[in-house]
Amino acid sequence: MATDKTNLQLVVNGILNENPIFRLVLSMCPAVGISTTVMNGFMLGIAVLFVQVFSSCTIAIFKDKIHPRIRIPTYTLTIATWVTVIDMVLAAYLPEAYAKMGIFIKLIVAFAIITMRLEMFACKESVTASFWDGIGMGLGFMFGMMALGFVRELLGLGTVLGYDVLGFKPLLFFILPFAGFFCVGLMMGFFNYIEARYRRAKRA
Amino acid sequence: MKTTLMTRRVFLAALLCLLVPALAWAGNLVSGQRFGANNEIVVTFSEPLAPAVAGEAANYSVHEEADPDIRLAVSEVVLSEDGRTATLKFPAPLNTVKTHVVSMAGAGAAESFRVSKSYFGYLLGILISALLINNFVFTKYLGLCVFFGTSKRKDTAKGMGITFTIVMVASAIMSWFFYQFILKPFGLNFLQIVIFIGLVSLTVQAVDTVLRKVNPALFNAFGVYLVLVIANCVILAVPLILADNEYNFFETVMLALGAGGGFLLALYLMSSVRERMELANVPRAFKGVPIAFIVAGQFALAFLGFSGLSLF
Repeated sequence: MATDKTNLQLVVNGILNENPIFRLVLSMCPAVGISTTVMNGFMLGIAVLFVQVFSSCTIAIFKDKIHPRIRIPTYTLTIATWVTVIDMVLAAYLPEAYAKMGIFIKLIVAFAIITMRLEMFACKESVTASFWDGIGMGLGFMFGMMALGFVRELLGLGTVLGYDVLGFKPLLFFILPFAGFFCVGLMMGFFNYIEARYRRAKRA
Repeated sequence: MKTTLMTRRVFLAALLCLLVPALAWAGNLVSGQRFGANNEIVVTFSEPLAPAVAGEAANYSVHEEADPDIRLAVSEVVLSEDGRTATLKFPAPLNTVKTHVVSMAGAGAAESFRVSKSYFGYLLGILISALLINNFVFTKYLGLCVFFGTSKRKDTAKGMGITFTIVMVASAIMSWFFYQFILKPFGLNFLQIVIFIGLVSLTVQAVDTVLRKVNPALFNAFGVYLVLVIANCVILAVPLILADNEYNFFETVMLALGAGGGFLLALYLMSSVRERMELANVPRAFKGVPIAFIVAGQFALAFLGFSGLSLF
């Protein structure tokens, strides 16, 4: 069974229609926990993109060899292997960013989004399609994290990527750890509202 | 009538037993000592002392029992008005897990005593900390996918929480054994993630098989979420934390119980609110998940109130 979508459609699908954070509501832990700045979101996004693309390709290559009964443990171990790789690479080359990310890099293993994409997509499709789907999902996650980080950094600290933009701190509340919940909830509601308006405008 | 009398006698006897150590202490100058805030030691004396003796920081010398060479400087001593309670203040927070030795000079004779928390209290402290202060859902932001997925109804929340706690404890104990006896001796620390997640999948598979036979109704209610226990960050975070902190067996069990119990508590609280919210008039754009996030944020705010809590 091959997908009828082009590569570009697969990527766009991951970023917009099936955005992991705002539409599928998966992988919420990092979205709430460490989305305080754009940079954090970008770094974790890169790590997730890497793991997603490589695990998708690995599973797509070996999909005929994997017995359906043991597929979930196989996915988990594949992801765990790639996470170990990115964990060690980041610890060696970017120790500062790694320290900021804390335990979340290791916990990419348990992110529902990656397992779900393997189960829904990579185990049925070709390697190329899986690759582009992985890129789309990874980018979707990255953009979601960066959007959250942007809103929280801008409203909380008045900065973007560490540069002072506003010159004052509008709502310090947003930089506090628990504000992640509020921020995700408000942004999700906002996107729902935009979508409803868009649909109504289209119908009229 | 007779039984009540018996109960009263037993109660009195127990009370006496409790009082005996206090009587035995009375001969000494120092009648009680404990940790105050995290940078304080509170000493109680059996008789009033002059401020020149007990209120002088230079008269005290404090060190951890394990390394007597490292003296901890006392920055200030506050003596209560009746001269019976002195609060020793330190510039840096003390490691209250360790036993501290305090020596006092100038009070007629030199006095030395040890200040420690009981180990049982320390274990309970780990439990309470994982349960409330560092609740994995509301203050560490882990396990949120499953948290939002299964907190729609109370029954599911309870079942999920209990299953999760069982899986958590079982897999944490196994992880501890693997970490202490295989990964550490053979220098295989880099395999942590792979081994831990493998053990978790194994436990989940076992619980899956058992539950399918024992309680099919509960099994049906979970549907996909039992599989999602693997995809729950908490279940992997606990083994990683216990490996990082070099916890021993009892500490591991306490941490796992606290994590599971905390998750159960969070799920139950959330499901109670969400059941009521079904009836509330929520703006259409916020219906379902977005409002749930905002409620969770309010819970997180409330749990922030536990942050200073220290019972033992």
